[in-house]
Amino acid sequence: MSQDMKEKLEKYRTAPFDARFPNQNQTRNCWQNYLDFHRCQKALTAKGTDVTPCDWYQRVYKSLCPISWVSKWDEQRENGTFPGKI
Amino acid sequence: MAHPSQLGFQDAASPVMEELLHFHDHTLMIVFLISTLVLYIIVAMVSTKLTNKYVLDSQEIEIVWTVLPAVILILIALPSLRILYLMDEINDPHLTIKAMGHQWYWSYEYTDYEDLGFDSYMIPTQDLSPGQFRLLETDHRMVVPMESPIRVLVSAEDVLHSWAVPALGIKMDAVPGRLNQTAFITSRPGVYYGQCSEICGRNHSFMPIVVEAVPLEHFENWSSLMLEES
Repeated sequence: MSQDMKEKLEKYRTAPFDARFPNQNQTRNCWQNYLDFHRCQKALTAKGTDVTPCDWYQRVYKSLCPISWVSKWDEQRENGTFPGKI
Repeated sequence: MAHPSQLGFQDAASPVMEELLHFHDHTLMIVFLISTLVLYIIVAMVSTKLTNKYVLDSQEIEIVWTVLPAVILILIALPSLRILYLMDEINDPHLTIKAMGHQWYWSYEYTDYEDLGFDSYMIPTQDLSPGQFRLLETDHRMVVPMESPIRVLVSAEDVLHSWAVPALGIKMDAVPGRLNQTAFITSRPGVYYGQCSEICGRNHSFMPIVVEAVPLEHFENWSSLMLEES
């Protein structure tokens, strides 16, 4: 599982087509991957296991989300004002 | 690129634009044929001294001039829908670029591997070098590898803008808080110009877009250079 994940990450070019978001509006795609990364990180850190599987979500949200959105959300998370549930 | 007294579209630089161009030629030809026919009939009717008061109806001609237009409309609709679905096909992009609209410049972000971002301001007329195009050139171009599928995510940081490159057949609204996806492949290397296509304030006409399609190695060199500069 971890080996497949490593290969997938090494071969990463850009965010692939996601059937959950097939249309023009990709806002939710960016948001969902940002949430998924931080939720994954929180869950796996709590369990004490390796957080490498979460890296996929990070690569995808970095590809899709504007830098200014990511900085804003990171700041909100630090301040405790982030609107999403992590 | 656009040139003075231009009548038609710019030369297509992507397969989708080629299709749109051919479809437009096909439909415009039909329009010209119908217009010529109607004009001829009008002139013929107006300039004859003959009169006929005794034809009241005719089933045959009614059928002809109902069925024929229906057939013509189908001949237009079928290629149109073909292109519409072609544009919506699932593609597998090699690269994602974000184009963010600001008042009054575009910024481009290439974040698949490193965090590369830069602004693209129009070169003012007084700073142009000989041979450069007025109101179209920018200090930094959006460089892309040629013949590769590219995904562009368009958004805005303040007001509505619109990211348009006619040679690629692309126009996509830049809406604050929304990420609009479009995709293209450049059929050949070259430089393609566009202009902001949604009114956004005093310098709406002065925030152009320049896409430069180059071979992959040149793109890789360019992105390393840009990363070093920033």
